[in-house]
Amino acid sequence: MLELAAHILDIAENSVRAGATTVEIIINEDATSDLLSIEINDDGSGMTKEEIKKAGDPFYTTKKVRRVGLGIPLLTNAAQMAGGNLTLKSAKGKGTKLKATFQLGHLDRQPMGNITTTIISLIAGNSDVDFIYKHRHNDRRFTLDTREIRKEIDDVPINHPEVIKYIRGVIEEGLGKIKPAA
Amino acid sequence: MAKLTIDDLKKIKEKVHKEMSLRDGDRRVKVTVHMGTCGIASGAREVMDTLLQEIEAAGANDVVVTTSGCMGLCSREPLVTVEILNQEPIKYEYMNPNKMRQVFKRHILAGEIQTPFVLARGAEVIR
Repeated sequence: MLELAAHILDIAENSVRAGATTVEIIINEDATSDLLSIEINDDGSGMTKEEIKKAGDPFYTTKKVRRVGLGIPLLTNAAQMAGGNLTLKSAKGKGTKLKATFQLGHLDRQPMGNITTTIISLIAGNSDVDFIYKHRHNDRRFTLDTREIRKEIDDVPINHPEVIKYIRGVIEEGLGKIKPAA
Repeated sequence: MAKLTIDDLKKIKEKVHKEMSLRDGDRRVKVTVHMGTCGIASGAREVMDTLLQEIEAAGANDVVVTTSGCMGLCSREPLVTVEILNQEPIKYEYMNPNKMRQVFKRHILAGEIQTPFVLARGAEVIR
């Protein structure tokens, strides 16, 4: 995992597997406080206190097919390398909130990479889940909410090629305006 | 690029509705891109993006793309499963954007299984 956008896709896929119906991805880049934060909030099944503790352990997983679970440990490591950390808040039945922080200008901070393909992959691959993507760069903001798109297209599936193309265009246009630096 | 608005979505809706009324038997092919940590780390996102762009370019509205988790074969990721209606699912291993383009054009559109990339036949057991 060499890009933060890949980590975001990985963690958001966890949310989907936890049965979330809405996943919120919030990226904040603040140059004045030299801070980059990534939040992923879902309304999935949530975790118990025990599970939250174990989630950081690379040898803990809920899967039966392999003995390692590297998603959260990899992101924790990426945050710690860049002078930040990772916090998990969750309760059984209440969903999960994950927040990773980074020093924006830290030499070892991974680049954001291609966030557009991350968001597109999530929306296209999980057509029954809603995604809210908020990206702030200093005082410029961009928001994409699939619930608003769904309202307009009625019975056309959100993963229809034409709709995906439209969403790709919206994200590229939005990011072009806020000019992310990460 | 011109600014995209809600009106564009309405136009898309009308266009899709028109096409839908002309054709039935949607969802001929289901393609699953495995998106576990292992898959993503080895390039599943780029494979997925290539596939979506190929579908857009070809206007293949009968192909549905979905994602799934890791199935325990992390060393052979990125894995892609192609299920054509009424045919056995085919799993491809070590995928990359170029192989994905080939599988899309030859297998998904033309029906020829791309044997050199095949890992296995058959349905997925674990989600």
